[in-house]
Amino acid sequence: MFHRETGVFKSTYAADMALYPLPIAQWALAGVAIAFLFLVPYLFSDYMVTITNLILVAVVGALGLNILVGYTGQVSVGHAAFMSVGAYTAANLVTRLDAPFWIAIPAGGLMAALIGGIVGIPSLRIKGLYLAIATLAAQFIIEWTINHVHYISGGVDASIQVPPPVVFGTKLVTQRQLYFFLLFFAALAIVATQNLMRSRIGRAFIAVRDQDIAAEIIGINTFRYKLEAFAISSFYAGVAGVLYTYYLGIANYEQFGIDVSIDYLAMIIIGGLGSILGSIFGAIFITVLPEATRLFLQNFGGLFFSQGSILNIIPNLRLILFGALIIFFLVLEPEGLNRLWRNIRNYFRVWPFSY
Amino acid sequence: MHDFPWRFFFILLANGVLVGSMYALVALGFVLIYKATDAINFAQGEFVMFAGFLAAGAANLAGAPWWLSTLLSIAGMVALAFGLERVVLRPLLGRPIIAVIMATIGLAAVLRGTATLAFGGGTQAIPLPIGGSPFLLGPLILPPIEIVGAAVSLAFLAGFAWFFLKSRIGIAMRAVADNQQVALAMGIDVRRYFALAWGMGGVVSALGGILWGSMLGVDNQLALVGLKVFPVMILGGLDSILGAVVGGLVVGVVESLAAGFLDPMVGGGTKDFVPYLLMIAVLMVRPEGMFGRRRIERV
Repeated sequence: MFHRETGVFKSTYAADMALYPLPIAQWALAGVAIAFLFLVPYLFSDYMVTITNLILVAVVGALGLNILVGYTGQVSVGHAAFMSVGAYTAANLVTRLDAPFWIAIPAGGLMAALIGGIVGIPSLRIKGLYLAIATLAAQFIIEWTINHVHYISGGVDASIQVPPPVVFGTKLVTQRQLYFFLLFFAALAIVATQNLMRSRIGRAFIAVRDQDIAAEIIGINTFRYKLEAFAISSFYAGVAGVLYTYYLGIANYEQFGIDVSIDYLAMIIIGGLGSILGSIFGAIFITVLPEATRLFLQNFGGLFFSQGSILNIIPNLRLILFGALIIFFLVLEPEGLNRLWRNIRNYFRVWPFSY
Repeated sequence: MHDFPWRFFFILLANGVLVGSMYALVALGFVLIYKATDAINFAQGEFVMFAGFLAAGAANLAGAPWWLSTLLSIAGMVALAFGLERVVLRPLLGRPIIAVIMATIGLAAVLRGTATLAFGGGTQAIPLPIGGSPFLLGPLILPPIEIVGAAVSLAFLAGFAWFFLKSRIGIAMRAVADNQQVALAMGIDVRRYFALAWGMGGVVSALGGILWGSMLGVDNQLALVGLKVFPVMILGGLDSILGAVVGGLVVGVVESLAAGFLDPMVGGGTKDFVPYLLMIAVLMVRPEGMFGRRRIERV
């Protein structure tokens, strides 16, 4: 296992294009795959599987947002609204037309991509702060529309019950059954993003991020790629929204508020902007943080506070930790957890001869 | 339209103007910071909320008279703004815009959590020596707190407009906003003016917090006032004080009319929604707003 690269010895195009060129990366990937396929579902408790499922949904959403914000440099504060578009599209298809999941998921994604593309149109003229505020407006307008148009939201409290997905004749009722379903889509999203980012489109995104006027001058159709980034990002968001709806068994607009948009932004900031691994780290971190805070205070909070006040402290402490971590990473480690991971990896890569 | 409800319309209009000038005050805090430091404060609403909590806390917990709690709130906000500028925003100078946006969003979360932890979750009142009986002007019924709020807001807006146009410090701040490097070369201490801008933002937020807090009551929901700032700002132009006034009035009137006329038709909630529609329209047509400065970009 102590393999180290000593140079570039690629002699075929296939080797040059490999996603994981080093044997150690391939071994690590195989290890992670085995862990997720065989260890997690059998060793984890029900509670931990539930949390893992949440993480898997968040990975899809965070990857989508990172394509837009991290790779293309277009700030969006409306990610959760696109998730809700996907969620309600799928919920309507499933309840009205009995659509199976393999129609509901792409349909939710495509609908979100359409809406996302429309929201992205102002990005032709405005950028930075203005774009952030425009997407904030989109968040409110989409939320309001879903809540008030009964054709979309139906039912009581604008929520729609969704039956569990049926895969190969099996109803995925429990979280443990859903785990493999969600794992498949999270893995698909990861591989798709990796491939997207080394394609022509991905490189154009990065050029637009680094300097959009310069990108336009070297012949990149800036507007087209900005719109594409919005559409692709929203497609991921829509898919994440559908997956989340399956996870909850209900589509509810309250699950896709502005705070969820901010959660996703926090994921990619803390994980690392413009990094796939960073999106995954961020999704894990932000999903586990509230649970960890709660568990810690429920178990050890009694040492400092009375039981009654702990219930009051938990949500507030969670908010404070959340905000403080965002600021901490922005000020001290702008490249996020991904950078920390790279530092560790590079240290061991040349260990024990660091020069 | 022969039976158009004129009286109702004018009540809504007057109410919108008064509330709008108070929006302008909150937006002013945003403009001051943006104008001088190019930083976008997404935590403006939380600043207002925190100031309200400080004033209410001083009045209700320590029993301070209204003028003392006002002063305490202003002093507290100035100290907070100075501290935040130093610890959070100064290291982010020159970083991409998303960094500042996210940092202030993080700040918003911290302030919300801290305020509820420190002052409790319940709604608190800020006692001000303002009568409760409505003020009658012809057919119009106006709550006195809104009149006082509008008056204070307009006074401060005029004061800051004068400050930026005429005073030495104000001119230096405009120079800093215009071009930091040139300002440095002209012997202006840019960092000092950054801190000053945040301090002034703190003062304005404190006033906004006290006025809005005494009108709505102080709790977590007070921070939602901050969400109204964005339509106001985009409408008026991000770096214009006059824009903040006009934008505030427009948003106040529009949402008041929407709440009066549209709500019964579509079932509520238009108040929070119509300003954003208006804002999208402005963004599409004239992104720099009515009075904003157009920026020319170079590679």
